[in-house]
Formats: sequence, structure tokens, C-alpha cells
Amino acid sequence: MGELIVVENLTRDYVMGDVTVQALRGVTLSIAEGSFVAISGASGSGKSTFMNVIGCLDRPTSGRYLLGGQDMLALERSELPKVRGRKIGFVFQGFNLLSRTSAYENVELPLLYQNVDSGERRKRVTDALTRVGLADRMDHTPSQLSGGQQQRVAIARALVNQPMLLLGDEPTGNLDTRTGIDIMELFLELNRQGITIVMVTHEPDIAQYAERNLVFRDGRPVSDTRVATRRDPAGERAHLSALEAEVKIQ
Amino acid sequence: MNLLMIIRVALRALRRNRMRSTLTVLGIIIGVASVIAMIGIGQGARASVQSQIASLGSNLVMIFSGSTSRGGVAMGWGASSALKEDDAKAILAECPSVVNVSPVVRSPGQVVFGDQNWSTSVQGVWASYPEIRDWPLVAGAFFSDSDVRGSAKVCVIGKTVEDNLFGTSDPIGQTIRIKKLPFRVVGVLSSKGTDPRGQDQDDIIVAPLTVVQKQMAGTTSVNNIMASTSSPLLAGQAIDEMTALLRQRHRIGPNDNDDFIIRSQADIASTAEATSQIMTMLLGSIAGVSLLVGGIGIMNIMLVSVTERTREIGIRLAVGAAEKDILFQFLLEAALLSLVGGVIGVALGILTSQIVSSVAKWPTLVSPASIVLSLCFSGLVGIFFGFYPARKASRLDPIEALRYE
Repeated sequence: MGELIVVENLTRDYVMGDVTVQALRGVTLSIAEGSFVAISGASGSGKSTFMNVIGCLDRPTSGRYLLGGQDMLALERSELPKVRGRKIGFVFQGFNLLSRTSAYENVELPLLYQNVDSGERRKRVTDALTRVGLADRMDHTPSQLSGGQQQRVAIARALVNQPMLLLGDEPTGNLDTRTGIDIMELFLELNRQGITIVMVTHEPDIAQYAERNLVFRDGRPVSDTRVATRRDPAGERAHLSALEAEVKIQ
Repeated sequence: MNLLMIIRVALRALRRNRMRSTLTVLGIIIGVASVIAMIGIGQGARASVQSQIASLGSNLVMIFSGSTSRGGVAMGWGASSALKEDDAKAILAECPSVVNVSPVVRSPGQVVFGDQNWSTSVQGVWASYPEIRDWPLVAGAFFSDSDVRGSAKVCVIGKTVEDNLFGTSDPIGQTIRIKKLPFRVVGVLSSKGTDPRGQDQDDIIVAPLTVVQKQMAGTTSVNNIMASTSSPLLAGQAIDEMTALLRQRHRIGPNDNDDFIIRSQADIASTAEATSQIMTMLLGSIAGVSLLVGGIGIMNIMLVSVTERTREIGIRLAVGAAEKDILFQFLLEAALLSLVGGVIGVALGILTSQIVSSVAKWPTLVSPASIVLSLCFSGLVGIFFGFYPARKASRLDPIEALRYE
């Protein structure tokens, strides 16, 4: 399999008044198609900036960025929304669903911006919601859904345009442990189906679900390790139940 | 993203914020409704003034005897006795622009029929009077030139007089007493309603000039002379001809003032027209201000809405919305709000003007032009005042917007 993401000497400077903050200081790495990568690091390490740049929400100051072989820096600023809409799906810590809007309409949103016709839209939205196990909750608004369910809606929204890359920004940050395991199980399932996943997390447990861990510090990756023993959701769930049982006995 | 999708997105966004949308629309509703109602009332007033003026008779030119002053006190129009029946004869003979002429002598009088009596204005005129005033009869026939020459005691009565003296019975052929003199009723004039000054034009009896002049008013002069031209365009020419003729007949020196005054129907109409036009404009501009306030309300709400919906905008940008998608969405939201407000406002405005006309007995006229105009204007108000907030929304940085709490 080829490389989905290739970055070379990527820098991103923020000018704040007289001070220039170097959020990225020459990042060079590549991420293979079909892989599952977790990025961690202290706050201010540049991991979020890196996510934003590869998610085409932000543009680097210098360097090279190829997404699926296409040079992202050669694109006009006005072409970036199309890339975000067609090749990338985002999952955020705070879910970021539209309030007072049904799960169905939330998932449909990216399709509206890509001129997908209504029959195809219905099919794809239904498929995506079925894939995350919420086929029976389509009419529910975010306030009628639990945190885990909201995050599933957000994942369905990220999937609906059949992206090549799924970006997760602390996807389990607002969820309890058990729900976090459920979400990771879903991520692993999607990864098995061929979607490349890059996820920022500060939780070492969560990072262990990925196959590769990158650690950022001061604007560049300082370690890049293959996860020797990946976590498996079934095992974790059993472990968690055992722990809970223990607590009850005491 | 095509227009249909943007409309869908905008409609959904408006539906999500029902309360806010409703309040915003309210401003435009009030603005448009007041424009429609105000212009309707103004134009209705104008139309009724026009029809009242038309009721005086078309192509009419009136000659009044001028004012005299007695001991330095000006007496007003008609006070002098400068106009004679012979002036009318001369005008008919010598002024080519004038088609018909009738002198008018007025004398108030008590009318009696059986046990009914009524006080009205008796006017002595020539047989051409109904043609000049464009005033058809509903019953009987007008008296003839020979009746005038022979001082026949016949008369034609107005609708008000008929109602008061005869009720439902037929007046034709009956004899009534005017100032104790017996007159035979030969005709009834159709109803003309009130004149622009609010006087009942149907409260009238017309009789041959000679009789009224000699046996009732006891004068040799006439109060005024009515003349008609074949078209309103000839009124100016007729005035010039009559002025020259009367100055010559009354032996007025080149440096002296006229002892008569000539007014054409067109003069009266244009004065009244100008007055009612000013009224319409005044009402319309007051209403326009409220529409403007409604527009500023839209801008205000849209600006608040952009700030409040920063995160929503961030989400949209993250899932693939382009800057122009956001721009059009917000622009369309504003335009839809004001258009919906415009439609409801038009309905409310028509309703208001109908209520005004039925309660205040004031005619109103809502023209299609004012509806189209205020709809277009309200749409433009929405786009104009929606543009700044929409541009602000579309220029948000997606990362900042997503982080916004």
C-alpha cells in the first residue's frame, strides 16, 4: 500500500503582534494508506496544528504536503473546502453537531455542499447511520442522544462522503471509559474497512488502539513507534467489568 | 452547491431559530404593511378627490364675477354684478374654443309640495346646462331654449330635493311651489354626490334663467357663467379668448384689473391632485422609514446570529462548505426573512386599508404597483442589510470558529 500523507519540512508560524510563534518547526513524515495513527503530546506541542494542516483547515507557512499524491500547497485557498468535503472526515472532542437538528440532517450536511442528489443522499445517510449503529435514532436531535450516540452521529457525518482520511481530535475526550471503548471499537472496524485514521489524543490508553504512535514536542515529532501490543476492545471491556465487580465486592 | 440546496440549508437554519426568525420578520411585516396601507389611503383619497372634481363636469371653465370693494372692504368673488346674460351670449357667439355656455343665477329658496317643505338652492340656467356639467337626467327631460325665452315656470330637481319632497312617489308633472311661485317638475337629475368642498351637489333645483333672475333673485346680473370646451386641451385657449372678450365688453383699460375671474376644471384638478400627491408622499415616506427600521432590525439580528452561530459556521466549513456557500446562506436567510415579511406585510396592509375604509368611511386604493414596489423593496432591504453580516460569517476562520464557545 502507498503513502496517503507525505509531509516534508512542514512549518507553520503564527504572527501575534510582535511575536512569531512557531507551531510547527519542520515536520517530515509519511502516513501509509489504511493505517491507524495516534498523535500525542503536551499542549502547545503542535499536534493540533499538524491535524489542522493535514485536515486542510489551515495552511502551512512552508514545506510540502501531498494528500493521496496531490500537492495541497498548489491548490488555491478556495479549493480547500472541496478537499475537506470529499477526502476528509472530521470527528471532534465536542462532537460539534448542529443543535436542534436531527441526526439525519446532521449527517446529510456534508452531502448538501457536494451537490449529491436527493435519492443518493438518502441512501448514503441511511448507510452511514446504520454503520455506526444508529439506524433507529435518525430523527433524534443531539439533545435527545447520549454523548456516545452523539459521537457516533459525528462519525457517521465524517463517513458520509466516503473520505480517504478520518481525522479524530480527542474523539473520546468527552466520553466515559466504556463509551470511549465503544468508539475505539468503531474506529478499528472502520480502519479494517480501509479508512486511514489519524487521531490526536492525550490518553495513552486510547493511543494504544492505534498501530502507530507519534509524539510531538515543540513543533515536531520526537518519537515514532509501532505499537507492540494493540488494545482490543473486547478485552478492555472484560477488564473494565472485572474492575467494576471488584469495586462492588469491596 | 446549487441554489436549491442553499435555499434548503437557509430554510432549515431559519426553522431551527423560529422565535428569532419570527421577531425579525415582524419588523419587516410592520414596515411593509404600513407602506401598503399608507399609500392605499393616500391614493384612495386622491382617487376620490379626482372623481369629485370630475363630477363637476368635464372640460368645464367657470367665470366668476370679480370682487368689489366697498369702503376698502373686499367682498370676495361673485360680489360684483359685472357679469350679465349678454356676456354669455357674446362668449357663445365669439369664442371659437367654447362649445356650450350657460349663465348661472343662484337664489336660495323655500320649496313646498303638499305638506312637505325643503330649503334649497335654486339656480337659473340655460337649456345647455346638463351638457356643460355632463349631468344626465334619471327621469323626464330638461327644459328647452323656448322655455327659457318664454320664462316658463318649469323646473328640474336634484336627487336630494326629490327624496325630501316626494319620497317614493313620482315627481314628474307635479307642481311645487318655490318661493310661493308654482313650478311644474319636468325632470330629475342623476345623483352626483358631494363636491370637493363637501357640499351636496344634489340639493338643487334648476329652472329657466329668466324666471329665477327676474322673479326670484331680482337682478339683471348673473353669479357666474359656465362654459365648456370640446376637449380639456382647449381650456387654456378658451380662457384667453374669454378674457380678451370680457375685458373689451366691460371696457377695462390695459392697466386695470379684470372684474371677473376664470378658472378651468384643469386648474382645480391639478391643485387638488398636487395636494393629494403630497399627502401620499408624506404617508409613504413615513411608512418607508418604518421599513428601513425593519431592515436595520434584520441586520442587527443577523449580526447577533453570526456571532451566536460561529460554531455552526465552523462546522459547516469543516464539512466542506465554501466561503461563498456560507455567504449565500446568510444572505438568503436575510432575503427570505424580509420576503416572507413582505408577503405577510402586503396581506396585512391590504387588510388594514380595508378596515380603515370601512371604519373611517375613507376610500382606500391598494394599487398592484405599490404591492410590487414594497415587495421588491423589502427583498432589497434584506439583501442590503444581510450582506454585511453574511460576509462577516463567510470570512470566519474555521479553526477559530470551531473553538468558539
